[in-house]
Amino acid sequence: MAVLDKVAVTSSEEIIPRGFSTRERWVRRLPLLPALIYVIVVTQIPFVVTVYYSFQSYFWDTPAPAHFTGFSNYSAVFTNPAFRGALVKSVIMTASAVIVAMILGVVFALLLDRKFLGRGVVRTLIITPFLVMPAAAALVWSGPMLDPNFGLLNYLLVPFGVHHVAWLSTHPLGSVIVVMIWQWTPFMTLIVLAGLQSQPSDVLEAAKVDGAGALATFRELTLPHLRPYVELGVLLGSIYLVNAFDQVELMTKGGPGTTTTNIPFYLYQQVNNAFDIGGAAAAGVVTVILTIIVATFALRMFAKVFQFEEAKG
Amino acid sequence: MSAVTARRADVGRSRAWMGTMGWGVLAWVLAIAFFLPVLWMAITAFKPESAAETWPPKFVFSPTLAEFRLVLSGAGPYLTHSLVATVGSTILVLILGVPAAYALSAHPIRRWRDGLFFFISTKMLPIVAAIGPLYVLALRTHLLDSTTLLIILYTAMNLPLAIWMIRSFMLEVPGELLEAARLDGAGRFREMTSVILPVISPGLVSTALICVIFAWNELFLALNLTVTSAATLPMYLISSVPQEGLYIAHLSAAALVASVPVIIVGWIAQRSLVRGLSMGAIK
Repeated sequence: MAVLDKVAVTSSEEIIPRGFSTRERWVRRLPLLPALIYVIVVTQIPFVVTVYYSFQSYFWDTPAPAHFTGFSNYSAVFTNPAFRGALVKSVIMTASAVIVAMILGVVFALLLDRKFLGRGVVRTLIITPFLVMPAAAALVWSGPMLDPNFGLLNYLLVPFGVHHVAWLSTHPLGSVIVVMIWQWTPFMTLIVLAGLQSQPSDVLEAAKVDGAGALATFRELTLPHLRPYVELGVLLGSIYLVNAFDQVELMTKGGPGTTTTNIPFYLYQQVNNAFDIGGAAAAGVVTVILTIIVATFALRMFAKVFQFEEAKG
Repeated sequence: MSAVTARRADVGRSRAWMGTMGWGVLAWVLAIAFFLPVLWMAITAFKPESAAETWPPKFVFSPTLAEFRLVLSGAGPYLTHSLVATVGSTILVLILGVPAAYALSAHPIRRWRDGLFFFISTKMLPIVAAIGPLYVLALRTHLLDSTTLLIILYTAMNLPLAIWMIRSFMLEVPGELLEAARLDGAGRFREMTSVILPVISPGLVSTALICVIFAWNELFLALNLTVTSAATLPMYLISSVPQEGLYIAHLSAAALVASVPVIIVGWIAQRSLVRGLSMGAIK
């Protein structure tokens, strides 16, 4: 929406941003400062403290005060196979959940883009899993849905020759990922659907007149048009899913063994079970550095995907 | 028009109609399958405990509100904490977010783009990485196990998203309105409070709803930083799973009670959900 630009251009003081007086610059900055200071204090200070503790030996369960240990926490992180394992699990979980949720999202969106009886209700049914409290979703899946003895899924699969499968112990990683997919498909559906509905209808009409088949139209016109929407969905979905904790804690507790221990759960265990503040902090710092590397790419993609409404002036 | 073409058109129309029907049926079937876990949660919540853990699962039973009564009887304090943390943080987000969005849209600071990206980059930092130190900080500041702490953290969690979203609404305010206000001699503050705010109030409502959803459903921070005096509904839900005995109906009732407020909010806010989730990128 470029409406604001018109105003901005008509007023002469705003044509040359560099020409602001010091006073004008502060008048503009002032409303931003409370939020900026708030976010810096609340989100950055804990990370500064994390860096500090990553060089300390500090255990909850011992009375000994924290003391400086140099890089030993870091060498422990890098030689610890559990951390690397958790890293791999995080990548597997996030990637597979995001990809499958996106594929399902595209399918649902294509269906919802058509006219049929009760479309509004179908749309409502499809978005609901996203709204269910993640803790509730995890518990309902692990109990009423997936229980080997009375779970609904096993019952529905009886005609297919499945008998009392203990999903959480035989397919723990798959079960956790299924719940993630279930909760994030609606998100992808909504974003892709918005993309489909923003497609200019005259272009589609023209393709039809030119005799293009439905498949060709989809491949040549719709898919390229959807690309930024798909990228946005994947990006935002990954930001949230890489931090997924509830499903792991409530469905499998990271197990059996460490089969479902992702980074969030690993760090949680370090603090709550191993009482190792220093070690968890070092692992946290490494995680943050890795995140920054990935996020730099993500942010660049963000800038590309978001068609920036230029706020000139 | 000859009879042949008319018939051909008829056949075409009925084939198109069949096609529409087919897609509609497929959409319904998939949607119901997808919704099934929610439905099953709701059904199980009305079962007596003895009917909840049977093989084959029971679809016919005499419904009871016993589990709901049990759940609600203990939910009081948790519900209060959840409400305080959710409403408190959402109000604080709006108080901080509206001026910030204004400074990034209507009369933007010179490096507004950097500002926007700073906010969004904080969403990418994994909060789990700092959970130990966060605990220590909360302990030292005597904020551990308080709803104040949850309000502070949930505000930081939702603020970046809200700023992006509110900014996208502000950019849609017609320029003529601002111009007219300026000719009337309105200053920056009056421009924001009496020109922009009324126009974007529906947008503020959808922003608030998105913040409510994320704050209400949050578990990780609550689990790590609260015990009793600030424990929220998700924690109550977890405590409904005992070590032994039958609990499936009870669990389902608790899960339903905990989820229903946000499900209803989300159903009402359906149209603005996309915009909120894409942080204003998609209209």
